[in-house]
Amino acid sequence: MSPPLVEVTEISRSYSMRSGMFGRTAAVHAVDGVSLTIPKGQTLGLVGESGSGKSTTGRIVLGLEPPDSGEVRFDGKSMAAPVTAAWRTQRARMQMIFQDPLGALDRRLPVATQIREPLDIHGLGTPAEREDRVRDLLRAVELTPAHGARYPGALSGGQRQRIVLARALATKPDFLVCDEPVSALDVSIQAQVVNLLCDLQAQLGLTLLFISHDLRVVRQISNVVAVMYLGRIVEIGSADDLFARPEHPYTQALVSASPAPGRRSAGRIVLAGDPPNPAARPQGCAFHPRCPRAIARCAREVPALSTVGGNRQVACHLVTGAETRDAA
Amino acid sequence: MAPLVNIEGLSVAFNGVPVLRGVDLALGKGEALGLVGESGSGKSVTWLAALGLLPRHAKVTGSVRLNGREILGAPAAQLDRVRGGRVAMIFQDPASALNPVLTIRKQLCESLALHRDLQGNAVKAEARRLLDLVGIPDAGRRLEAYPHEFSGGQVQRIMIAMALAGNPDVLIADEPTTALDATIQAQILELLSSIRCEFGMAMVLISHDLGVVAENCDRVAVMYAGRIVEEAPSNQLFADPVHPYAQSLIGALPPLDGPRRRLTAIPGTVPDPAMMPDGCAFAPRCALASDPCGLAAPTLAPIANERAVACIRAEASRRALLGIAAE
Ligand SMILES: Nc1ncnc2c1ncn2[C@@H]1O[C@H](COP(=O)(O)OP(=O)(O)OP(=O)(O)O)[C@@H](O)[C@H]1O
Ligand SMILES: Nc1ncnc2c1ncn2[C@@H]1O[C@H](COP(=O)(O)OP(=O)(O)OP(=O)(O)O)[C@@H](O)[C@H]1O
Ligand code: SF4
Ligand code: SF4
Ligand SMILES: [Mg+2]
Ligand SMILES: [Mg+2]
Repeated sequence: MSPPLVEVTEISRSYSMRSGMFGRTAAVHAVDGVSLTIPKGQTLGLVGESGSGKSTTGRIVLGLEPPDSGEVRFDGKSMAAPVTAAWRTQRARMQMIFQDPLGALDRRLPVATQIREPLDIHGLGTPAEREDRVRDLLRAVELTPAHGARYPGALSGGQRQRIVLARALATKPDFLVCDEPVSALDVSIQAQVVNLLCDLQAQLGLTLLFISHDLRVVRQISNVVAVMYLGRIVEIGSADDLFARPEHPYTQALVSASPAPGRRSAGRIVLAGDPPNPAARPQGCAFHPRCPRAIARCAREVPALSTVGGNRQVACHLVTGAETRDAA
Repeated sequence: MAPLVNIEGLSVAFNGVPVLRGVDLALGKGEALGLVGESGSGKSVTWLAALGLLPRHAKVTGSVRLNGREILGAPAAQLDRVRGGRVAMIFQDPASALNPVLTIRKQLCESLALHRDLQGNAVKAEARRLLDLVGIPDAGRRLEAYPHEFSGGQVQRIMIAMALAGNPDVLIADEPTTALDATIQAQILELLSSIRCEFGMAMVLISHDLGVVAENCDRVAVMYAGRIVEEAPSNQLFADPVHPYAQSLIGALPPLDGPRRRLTAIPGTVPDPAMMPDGCAFAPRCALASDPCGLAAPTLAPIANERAVACIRAEASRRALLGIAAE
């Protein structure tokens, strides 16, 4: 396997949130001891319910905010402190794409100008070379110079997201964090952008962190998928294998909840209870109030993420593989 | 058997721009019908028009019959009795459908008073029964709470309770789970289907999520640019779509298991209603388009029992499908 480009070790991040009418503050453990490794040229998918800490993880990995504890290493070097010269150099090799392409673009500028912007900022190439690069980038995302002359309002949602992608690729980054990049798009348009992302990754050898709540899209694009629940990774494994044979009860419910044409809802696992509240993380296994298989121990002890065979890791008291049993 | 709701030639134009262009749709008693299609295809407008809920500047023509009685353009008093009574609708944006400054009890009791002949304590008891029915724990106390005190999934349950207040024969659910997490979405869909079974209620489920529709509906209608382009029993549509747009939609959905394949993306975008192409509206994006497609818009025609397609090459596209399947 290729060497890791991104190595995340035990990162945590909490925010204080005012709650109740007396303005008491409660700590929200948005990310709690997350470790991840992304080999060069590969894609790690991150799924999980709203508020599980996916975007926060993405921001920390990009160096947009520091973790309270833990470390992010990029290409073998520790992430530099924000807004130092070393940080800028590292940051130039990383880019991100968000869900809302209209919000990411300036409505008052032609889109070609916006694709050129990072080249202007970093002073890359002569003006003529920059123009050439913009044309190449437009072609790479399957658009024409005529599209480049338009304003964001005159492009469709899928075209705008491709402009955002072209701009992210302008500085030839090695690493791209995509946070729900296709969630706002219709199915048919989603497929255009997903295919394009797969193609560009293969051509350019990009490394991706791909965040989405859509299991189908994540599986399509990822090598490895991590499932988060209330700030922790509860299961991680290869994309094909994970959704075909989920081991963690939460992943099982998530896969079962993902509707599939040709299958009727009979036999689906429907979780009781409300979505989890990040400000009131349950003791023990955070999933236990909703877990159909919880035992007494689950309310007391936090299950550790451990290898259960192959490249699968699961954090559940009931799922133990040969390796963990041997080690115990 | 006469359909419960029968829509014929329903057309809607906003400021002279047609957005619905002759929709025919029938819904049987107790049936679950799914409505899918890309954003802007007219899924919401179809039912807003049918129930007389569009703004005044919308020009609506055609016919909508409920149990054989015309309701399109019916007097306001009659429509008020239909809406929330015989036909209830859950709207696409739940947050805006509840009044933030009124308790849940006030809002539920208001619908109950409007549609049911209940007085005093009976109203409150019924409100509580409805909250219980949709699975809000501690319903008695929670009646006094305000909308912001509930989670997104609970707000959607309350919306369903309000819709059920009038004992409707039909529930129109417009994207009832789109804003919710997958596991909560599964809860709500299960709730809807159990209520449907219990009360023999018909349902129209509007969604852009093919999976949701496939799993929860008996029959599916696919909309494109203001028209129905294919209609079929759910299992047949997903196993064997005939209209090129329906085929592409299903091909664009990444599989959750089995081998990964390249997605079949539909090139181009949905046409702007103000610049609708002549003939078939899908022609600019259709791999099977030929000259005749640009001449006249194909009409929805039966191709088999319970199946109808609006494509002049329904047969050719069937063969193409078989060709792909034989590969
Ligand atoms: N800047 C912030 N200040 C306070 N709380 C925050 C902040 N950013 C995130 N949080 C909280 O941290 C938790 C994790 O948020 P995060 O955005 O990472 O979740 P997510 O998995 O990306 O969710 P979604 O799927 O809804 O995008 C949430 O409870 C959120 O409210
Ligand atoms: N009040 C209105 N005034 C003008 N145009 C409108 C109005 N309501 C809807 N439209 C237009 O009618 C067309 C159909 O809209 P509709 O809301 O039915 O789409 P939809 O299929 O429900 O899409 P979505 O999946 O995004 O909800 C769109 O082009 C929309 O812009
Ligand atoms: S540790 Fe217990 S509560 Fe947590 S997922 Fe496993 S069985 Fe369920
Ligand atoms: S009528 Fe022609 S353009 Fe329209 S869907 Fe059929 S083959 Fe395609
Ligand atoms: Mg997020
Ligand atoms: Mg709609």
